Amino acid sequence: MATLKLRNVKKRFGSTDVIHGVDLDVADGEFIVIVGPSGCGKSTLLRMVAGLETVSGGEISIDGKPVNDLEPMDRDIAMVFQNYALYPHMSVYDNISYGLKIAKTPKEEIAARVATAAKMLQLEPYLQRKPRELSGGQRQRVAMGRAIVRKPAVFLFDEPLSNLDAKLRVQMRLEIKALQKELGITSLYVTHDQVEAMTLADRMVVMHGGVADQIGAPLDVYANPATSFVAGFIGSPATNFLPPAALNAPRDGASTVGVRPEHTRLVHSGEGQTQGIVTFSEALGAETLVHLSLPSGAAFTVRQDGALPCPHSGEHCGVDWDQSREILFDADERRIRQGRARAAACP
Amino acid sequence: MEKRVTFKGWLLPVLLLLPQIVVTAVFFFYPAGQAVWQSLFIPDPFGLKSQFVGLGNFQYLLNDPYYRASFVTTAVFSGLVTVVSMGMALYLALLADRLIKGSGTYRTLLIWPYAVAPAVAGVLWLFMFNTRVGVVSWYLGLLGYDWNHVLNDAEAMGLVVAASSWGRVSYNFLFFLAGLQAIPRSVIEAAAIDGAHFWTRFRTIVFPLLSPTTFFLLVVNIVYAFFETFGVIHTITSGGPQQATTILVYKVYKDGFVGQDLGGSAAQSVILLVVVGILTVIQFKFIERRVHY
Repeated sequence: MATLKLRNVKKRFGSTDVIHGVDLDVADGEFIVIVGPSGCGKSTLLRMVAGLETVSGGEISIDGKPVNDLEPMDRDIAMVFQNYALYPHMSVYDNISYGLKIAKTPKEEIAARVATAAKMLQLEPYLQRKPRELSGGQRQRVAMGRAIVRKPAVFLFDEPLSNLDAKLRVQMRLEIKALQKELGITSLYVTHDQVEAMTLADRMVVMHGGVADQIGAPLDVYANPATSFVAGFIGSPATNFLPPAALNAPRDGASTVGVRPEHTRLVHSGEGQTQGIVTFSEALGAETLVHLSLPSGAAFTVRQDGALPCPHSGEHCGVDWDQSREILFDADERRIRQGRARAAACP
Repeated sequence: MEKRVTFKGWLLPVLLLLPQIVVTAVFFFYPAGQAVWQSLFIPDPFGLKSQFVGLGNFQYLLNDPYYRASFVTTAVFSGLVTVVSMGMALYLALLADRLIKGSGTYRTLLIWPYAVAPAVAGVLWLFMFNTRVGVVSWYLGLLGYDWNHVLNDAEAMGLVVAASSWGRVSYNFLFFLAGLQAIPRSVIEAAAIDGAHFWTRFRTIVFPLLSPTTFFLLVVNIVYAFFETFGVIHTITSGGPQQATTILVYKVYKDGFVGQDLGGSAAQSVILLVVVGILTVIQFKFIERRVHY
């Protein structure tokens, strides 16, 4: 049970600035997901919170206590690694109880806590096995067990699901979410997968080039992206970006217009906001993704209901959308706040 | 999941194995067989004819107090060489593993001694510790310590152990460093987050994960101490003072080529062969069981 505060946290490797000052306030029991492409500094940020990397500038505090100069073991955190980082020579029981043994917890209490964790994670039949005798999903659970038995103030997850296959990933995602809600432990979760971020997060931090572009609730970030990067990264398929010149009418002050595929529809050639040629369509059953090539050469995606007729490649089409759905960006790729009424409607 | 490729005929596999078999036969089976054969005879002083004595040579050896003393000397010597060279190497490898700047230079410098032949290493150490002109013994003299490995058993043993271990540290260091670097960083980090400080991590995580390397080095180093240290002992002490540093392999040479007791020397070789064979079997049978994963 703790809060976590990051104040203007910076990281330099030699003369390279990797993280340019991140501010974040995590409330007690909140699930925060840091999402971004590889190399954006999200893992580095997590490792700084863990104490595995030194902090070059700013301050990190857990429960109001600055931890910049504390060793990882003195920060009251637990971490789940991407490759699980289980101790290969120890049984599952020893893996889970390792931290408790070092803390000189009484034997009976260790046994009780491991039993509780094993029950919660359905690991009871495997306690005497070695990690190499477990499947990927079971190893993942052991790593989680090792984190939860210690009852830490903060959970850290470093892309914990990226080594699992797609089906297991969805299942573990739900389990992690349920577990975190049940335990109510403040969590920081790093991923490059925007679906994981959308489904798990109470609030998400979208990182880009060492900067937190936007911090907010998943749906708020989706509806009101602060930068064109966020608009392109969150939501699948990605937001279409057009120069205003490609549209029928000019947009004041905007250098880029973003419009999400799910807000567009195909119309007859010559009608709508812009024109394009269908390159190919992906029929996914419930929905169809129609990819078009605009006269400027740019690609454009329309997402339509699977029941609607699917156009053929090479067909000329118009694309239309409600102008209020547009997301406008200035020359610095920052959002231009248009239509105050709508912003107010999404607090 | 094991996939084996099997040959249809027998000619090709035999042909492929032939070079290895020929080398082993010419340089191992033939001389070893000769040694076994010779150990059953006593040749006359001029080498013109030999007399068959059965196991007489062995009987004589096992009753010889000098030979039995050589067993103890060998055990002490190889034990010390193994512990000292592996201990030093592990310590240096742990430090080098933590090093970030200049680690390349540090490693290269540490590997150099391995390039020095044992006999040359022996001469180097002999110069440093020479009782009259040696640098180290002169400084020890200034400190009031009278170094004389020519007369003092323990000092002689210490010197040959140091000289034998010195070059070996490099070799062991290379393997330990590679072993340490093969341990996933995240496992160490997980242990750190779990609350383990450096020495706890070493004891509970690093050392167990290094055990395959340690076990391999243990076997290799004991065999090294048994056989390859001949040059060091020959140049520094020639087995003396008295028999204080006469290890089994040195006694084979001394009794056979200096003392001209070829039959007895051959018998010693056979015993040595059996001892090393037993040692290796023991090591693989019992120690390997405790080696993790």
